[in-house]
Amino acid sequence: MEDPTVARARTPHPPTHAGTVGRERAATSTPETVVAPPVPQVSHPSESGSRETAVTVEATDFSFWYGANQALKQINLKVPSRKVTALIGPSGCGKSTFLRSINRMNDLIPGTRHDGDIELDGESLFSPDQDVVRLRRRVGMVFQKSNPFPKSIFENVAYGPRVNRLVDSRRELEDLVEHSLKRAALWDEVKDRLDKSALGLSGGQQQRLCIARALAVEPEVVLMDEPASALDPIATQKIEELIYELKSDYTIVIVTHNMQQAARVSDRTAFFYLGELIEVGNTDVIFTNPKKEQTEAYITGRFG
Amino acid sequence: MTDAINRRRKIQNTVWLTLTGVASLLVVVPLILIFYHLISSGAGALNVAFFTRLPAPVGETGGGMANALLGTAQLVFYAGLFGIPIAVAVGVFMAEAGRTRFGSFVRLVADVMNGIPSIVVGIFVWAWVVVAMGGFSLLAGAIALAVMLIPMVARTTEEMVRLVPKELREGGQALGFTRWRTTLGIVLPAAKSGILTGVLVALARIAGETAPLLFTAFGNPFWEWRLNEPVASLPLLIYQYAISPYDDWHRQAWAASLVLIGLVLVVNVLARSIFKNPYRSR
Amino acid sequence: MASRAETTPGGAPPAAPKKSLRALVPSRARGNLADQVYGTLLQGCGLILPLLFGFMILQIGREAWFAVSTFGGGFVTSSSWNPVSGEFGALPFIYGTIVSSFLALAIAVPLSVGLAIFLTELAPLWLARPIAFATELLAAIPSVVYGLWGIFVLVPFLRSTIQEPLSEALGGVIPFFAGPAYGFSILSGAVIISIMIVPFISAVAREVLEAVPRDQREAALALGATRWEMTWHVALPYALPGIIGGSILGLGRALGETMAVTMVIGNRPDIPVSLFAPGYTMASVLANEFAEATGDLYLSALMEIALILFGITLVVNVLAQLLVWRVSKRGGQA
Repeated sequence: MEDPTVARARTPHPPTHAGTVGRERAATSTPETVVAPPVPQVSHPSESGSRETAVTVEATDFSFWYGANQALKQINLKVPSRKVTALIGPSGCGKSTFLRSINRMNDLIPGTRHDGDIELDGESLFSPDQDVVRLRRRVGMVFQKSNPFPKSIFENVAYGPRVNRLVDSRRELEDLVEHSLKRAALWDEVKDRLDKSALGLSGGQQQRLCIARALAVEPEVVLMDEPASALDPIATQKIEELIYELKSDYTIVIVTHNMQQAARVSDRTAFFYLGELIEVGNTDVIFTNPKKEQTEAYITGRFG
Repeated sequence: MTDAINRRRKIQNTVWLTLTGVASLLVVVPLILIFYHLISSGAGALNVAFFTRLPAPVGETGGGMANALLGTAQLVFYAGLFGIPIAVAVGVFMAEAGRTRFGSFVRLVADVMNGIPSIVVGIFVWAWVVVAMGGFSLLAGAIALAVMLIPMVARTTEEMVRLVPKELREGGQALGFTRWRTTLGIVLPAAKSGILTGVLVALARIAGETAPLLFTAFGNPFWEWRLNEPVASLPLLIYQYAISPYDDWHRQAWAASLVLIGLVLVVNVLARSIFKNPYRSR
Repeated sequence: MASRAETTPGGAPPAAPKKSLRALVPSRARGNLADQVYGTLLQGCGLILPLLFGFMILQIGREAWFAVSTFGGGFVTSSSWNPVSGEFGALPFIYGTIVSSFLALAIAVPLSVGLAIFLTELAPLWLARPIAFATELLAAIPSVVYGLWGIFVLVPFLRSTIQEPLSEALGGVIPFFAGPAYGFSILSGAVIISIMIVPFISAVAREVLEAVPRDQREAALALGATRWEMTWHVALPYALPGIIGGSILGLGRALGETMAVTMVIGNRPDIPVSLFAPGYTMASVLANEFAEATGDLYLSALMEIALILFGITLVVNVLAQLLVWRVSKRGGQA
């Protein structure tokens, strides 16, 4: 089996400006040794294919109702693996609802129902033998307002691996926590105060902690619901840089109402309006040459 | 391996969540049992005699609890008469002065008094009133119930007065009303349905109290209207009959309990319908 | 009261203002005077409760003084209660009160927390509302009715279904189950108290559980925790201070329960190890023996018991109030 350390090696890329957004960076698999510590052997449930196979999320005629109110109308969307897909649209268009359907967080709301299907790597999310708990480990989520547990920084990141029994020893856990914090670009800032309360961090740091926490369970997909909307510009930029770095290892779906952010950060963009998917395509195409009139109207700011 | 662990987690999840359901069942079951017995054992003994006759002499059957019904009504009436005005005044005070040190202190005292065992209240009133009067009496019983009523109604009154939006109060002051006119003329009337609810619930509570009456009202096998004589009451009679060895008295105790609970329930439902109270009155 | 400047119909000049003491005080100040009186009256009303409370302590303390001075500290350590010979020791009652109350708490807290979790996490609305209503109903039942039910339903049930089998099977090994199955016992007292305090503890537990922020729960679930794991790791720790406060409040009620306990506990002034044996609580001995107490010492001894009970419930209730107050403050900060 290939050494996971090597497979994960990549050179960090700085975020590019709007002009070069969308140009795909080939996933470099040059076997150069990186400074990162060895990634602990984390066992995955058996999936079709090895870690290297593309993981996609695919929605087929997916509709969703809150009671009598239909929030999503027959969404057909393919989310490519190892890319950032942005969901944009005005308030109430259903983009957050769609996002939360991917890890079935909408199950928590009483009185909802859906139609159609969403598949993760070919398996339906809603099949009877789908394990929601396992799904949520494979599909991680970062929320709009950072929500760290009222525990220490270490305990926050360690919670997911602990509860999912991902590691066998304390040593492995510590390595995993360190690795996750490094990948969330937070390690240097907190490495000396891992046992201090997470609530003492700044807003931007807390959000990166939540990202580290989500990464610690080794997800395949990371969902982000307006992750930077509550942050100042500098913290926002850090988060966007992070997203850019993470996409070589994870499939990322990000909901944002900030179009410039979508243009900066994503490879594919999907425009939602009133519960329908109006248009989806490569980000640079959507923003420079949209096919649908509504898309153009939204992007040029005529409504929203 | 992971599958086995996940299966164990799922089993734990199911087991614990089921246990919470079991806990809920265990809590609800006594309620159902009590009501079942009340009806099955009590309904049979509810006849005209129960409501109209006096208790029969010890060992004889066929008596009723008419005087106890009257006695309870009298006790509750006088307790309310003495206690409600005082309680509302204290409640208004706490609502107005609640943020001051003295106001918070009074609130603490009220909450603590709500927690005093009812038997201790009875003993206190015995030492104060019964000893002074030289005997048990309706008055002493009413005072004991009033002492229990006052902190209850004071707290609910405070909460209700607090609920009145301050715009109403400010409106009154903007119109030139003095402080006392605002409180008495505007705020209190606005809170009156909530206050009434609190009063009704408290009256229902004290109607069912036994311990404070053991050494104050004491009980009386006959009709009684005078304030300075002992008086019968429903809870006292239930107690006396329950611990007795006579079957007929046991049945009457169940019947009396049914009546008592019926009264308490009706009053509570009435009270809640007057004011949809989202807050629990502690 | 502004002066009337308008003329009366017909053009007659306004009447001369009444010459009175009140008219001499400018109107604004007059309003202030009324307000001052009102304010003072209100403060006076505020004094009512503390005065009443103090008076209570005074009365009971005064009556208890005789026994206090006679027995001193030995009162709470002596276990002989013999009105005939004049020996009065409160230990059996203190023991019975504490054992029955804490046992009741041990039964009631898990049930209440379980109920609260069920209502906030699991139960659909059509189930949650009637169950919540039923729980509130439990709180409205008078103590004496619980006692009546206890005598004729609970005690026989406990005796035949729990005490007899347990005492036969394990009575030799576990001293708590030893001895004959009396039925009217400390166990029955504890069980009936626990039923009575569940509504209070679960009400508080429900409130604090419902106050756990949604995003905390979602954070745990999104990481792949099961519902129970989320409840155990995130919701319960968050709600714990409130639950503790509610439990202490429940303890306060348990300590003071009189009628229901008296009717099922057996009323024997002993200090039994077995839970199946009869016991006696402070509230019960007061209820049973106060009316018949002959002799000043007997009466005063009972008064001292009342004073001790008063003191214990006072301390517990103040503790609970402080905790609940602290929790509600923290809820506002969160």
